[in-house]
Amino acid sequence: MLNRLKSVEGSLLAVIVVLGLLLSLTTDSFLTVQNMFDLLNNQAVNIIFAVGLVVVLVSGGIDISFSISASVVQYVVVTLVLSMGGGNWAIGLVLAAGCGLMLGLVNAFLIHRFRIVSIIVTIGTFNLFFGLLMYFTRGRSIYNIPDWLYYRIPVLELSDASLYLPIVVAVLLAFVTWFFMTRMGFGRMIIGFGSDPEAARRSGINIAFIQAFAYGWLGLCAGIGGLMQAHIVQEVVPNALYGRELEILAAVVLGGAVLGGGRGTVIGAILGVMLLAVVQNGLNLLGITPFAFKAIVGIIILMAITATNIDRLLPKRSTKVEG
Amino acid sequence: MSKTDGSERASIHFSRSTAGRVKARPTGQLCAAEKATMTELAIRATSITKKFGGFTALDNVEFELQPGEIHCLAGENGCGKSTLIKIINGVYQPEPGAHFEFSGQQSVGQISPSSAKRLGIHVIWQDLALFPDLTVAENICFDSFVAHPLKGIDSQAKIEQASKTIGELGVQLDPTARVGDLSIAKRQLVAICRVIQAEARIIFMDEPTASLTQKETETLLSIVRRLSAQGISIVFVSHRLAEVLDVCERVTVLRDGKLVGTFPTEGMTQKKLSTLMTGKELDQTPRAGEVNGDRILVLKHLTRRGEYEDISFDLRKGEILGLTGLMGSGRTEIALSIFGMTKPDSGEIRLDGQEMQFKSNRDAIDAGIAYVSEDRLNLGLDQKQSIADNTAAPVLKQLSNPSFFLSPKSIRALCDTWIDKLKTKVSDPLLPVSSLSGGNQQRIVLAKWLATEPKVLVLDSPTVGVDVGAKAGIFEIIRQLADQGMAIILISDEASEIYHNTDRTLVLKEGRISRSFKTTDVSEEELEGIINA
Repeated sequence: MLNRLKSVEGSLLAVIVVLGLLLSLTTDSFLTVQNMFDLLNNQAVNIIFAVGLVVVLVSGGIDISFSISASVVQYVVVTLVLSMGGGNWAIGLVLAAGCGLMLGLVNAFLIHRFRIVSIIVTIGTFNLFFGLLMYFTRGRSIYNIPDWLYYRIPVLELSDASLYLPIVVAVLLAFVTWFFMTRMGFGRMIIGFGSDPEAARRSGINIAFIQAFAYGWLGLCAGIGGLMQAHIVQEVVPNALYGRELEILAAVVLGGAVLGGGRGTVIGAILGVMLLAVVQNGLNLLGITPFAFKAIVGIIILMAITATNIDRLLPKRSTKVEG
Repeated sequence: MSKTDGSERASIHFSRSTAGRVKARPTGQLCAAEKATMTELAIRATSITKKFGGFTALDNVEFELQPGEIHCLAGENGCGKSTLIKIINGVYQPEPGAHFEFSGQQSVGQISPSSAKRLGIHVIWQDLALFPDLTVAENICFDSFVAHPLKGIDSQAKIEQASKTIGELGVQLDPTARVGDLSIAKRQLVAICRVIQAEARIIFMDEPTASLTQKETETLLSIVRRLSAQGISIVFVSHRLAEVLDVCERVTVLRDGKLVGTFPTEGMTQKKLSTLMTGKELDQTPRAGEVNGDRILVLKHLTRRGEYEDISFDLRKGEILGLTGLMGSGRTEIALSIFGMTKPDSGEIRLDGQEMQFKSNRDAIDAGIAYVSEDRLNLGLDQKQSIADNTAAPVLKQLSNPSFFLSPKSIRALCDTWIDKLKTKVSDPLLPVSSLSGGNQQRIVLAKWLATEPKVLVLDSPTVGVDVGAKAGIFEIIRQLADQGMAIILISDEASEIYHNTDRTLVLKEGRISRSFKTTDVSEEELEGIINA
């Protein structure tokens, strides 16, 4: 398995490097500190979402409600700290993580307790969360966010360009996820559960806990990601993240995760996000109309998935079967 | 459950000493004196009763297992074998009054799954319960992940640990391979390594050989013998009686939830054992072998490169032709060509004197050929669809004539006819096929193909995974069909099946016909030797 996944990651990395080289040669703005930092600042939130989502995918589930959870968390946290008189980073992070965790646990509860397929549950909660958010906010944005959240915190400054806090948070969350997924027995239990739930049950694994953890962890990541997104854009817009879930899902699948569960890595997920980001960035710098972006991204995803599946399809004998 | 665990731990000390292998007693019954000398039984379970609602799955059953013994648990489907295994492993709780003793230690009334594991009792289920996306080493060491979820993993150490166990077992496995990429036989070995890694002292194996070839089965059985020599007790569940008698020292037979008895396998024959299991004498007179019907199917020099070469034979109406040979000898490949699913490179197939050029199996079905595939429960039936719809699937076109629309009534009528003809136990034809037992599902597959009114019926290993009573029922149907004039090709690698149910036998070896004879010209033992040669 390791070799196989390594090869997915390896080929992703190779494609990113080749694209980067091409863009460095064809444009003068790609390989600049400013552009690189922009790329990382913009992708930090996506990486946070992706490392959460990959855990759910490996466990054999799927969750499309996380982007809306993130929006809900933004709204709730900002409203709460404003009513508390401002708050600070510590309070904000704890609230965001806790709030996101709770929304994730709602999904896990419905999936586990009522044995409903995860995609159905999360389509339901996606609409429920979004509907409630729009209902209570009347679609109004919050521009007056607290100062600690408003002023971006630079962590690295190089020739007038700054790298901000979210990328540090993203790296931290990615590291923690990578660590428990690959370096702890617990991670093998999640992979095992995604690989064959019945075998996992017979091995004495507490399935309720595994599911609660997977969706809870994604919820937590979504909450923190939501806060980071508000920090980057310096406002809270209720439908800003609407639709982001499918982009992240595509990126994570591009990174080698499989919808049936059992396969997928944190590094693959990050590379998947970065590949799509570099492509978009490149199209932008090359002056290609933004209206073509989605189509091009779609083609890349289809090509990548076909490429990984083609070796599995080739040796099959072609026979007509009927009856 | 965890409350009782503590007290059990105090009272049961499972001895890890590998007591020498205790040979089975020559007689089936144990006299009082013998019992006194045998306090070191690996398992002694008495007064086991289990009820599910009003249904008594096990009725006052007793089970004894010696250290290092290979013991068979035999009985038809639904006789209570799996229930007994689940009770001994703590998955189900028996009715009050049950007693268990392990290694002669004080008796307990209850076992939990965790206390069973602590006692070294493990089950290898038929589906193996492995993780296809993890490596061999990770699968073998999986229980340590569950026991210490927060502990860090040293991948190299796990690989070494697994390699050690693999080495002890004397098998060839790459610890870094992904289990999903391995053959069923190799996965079986991984499952065995996994329970050995978990320090199993008693291993229950549920149908371990059902999907293995002859050679793989031999490898597995030799491993089982080696484990038993190390003092590990093995309880074997298998429908293949020949195997049971070969490898096991004693056999415990259950019938309808009741204990028939525990018998030494020495001196036991397959026939005696199946009589004990079913409670019925099975009619097993070989067929006459003289069939004078018209030639219906003629194959001339049929060749498909890499699969089979120069195959010529003919089949008469009313004849059952046995096609046998080891897995990979080309038997299934020939059947697929007769059924139009693969195209032969050269040679001809004649049906009723006419040369056939099948473009797909639809042509073959229309010409009057039916093929019941090997993996019939998956490929041959749509488990979620109703029994009636499954039966009607290949003949929908005929049923919908002359009007374009299908009438549920005609489907129902067709289904009822076949259920009746094949004596299938069906409570409601509208229930999904998955609600039926294996033997009855088998009959539905047959019904489905018989509904096409074939001239030639090809049966590929029709009894894999079917118990002895249901097997007899299926062969009775097959023989009746032949008596009514159908021409039948029976593919099987079980000598007793071929011997008792065919007129003529063709033996395939590496894609060629190596021998062809009237079945009764050889004895069953000779046939066995010929197949495995």
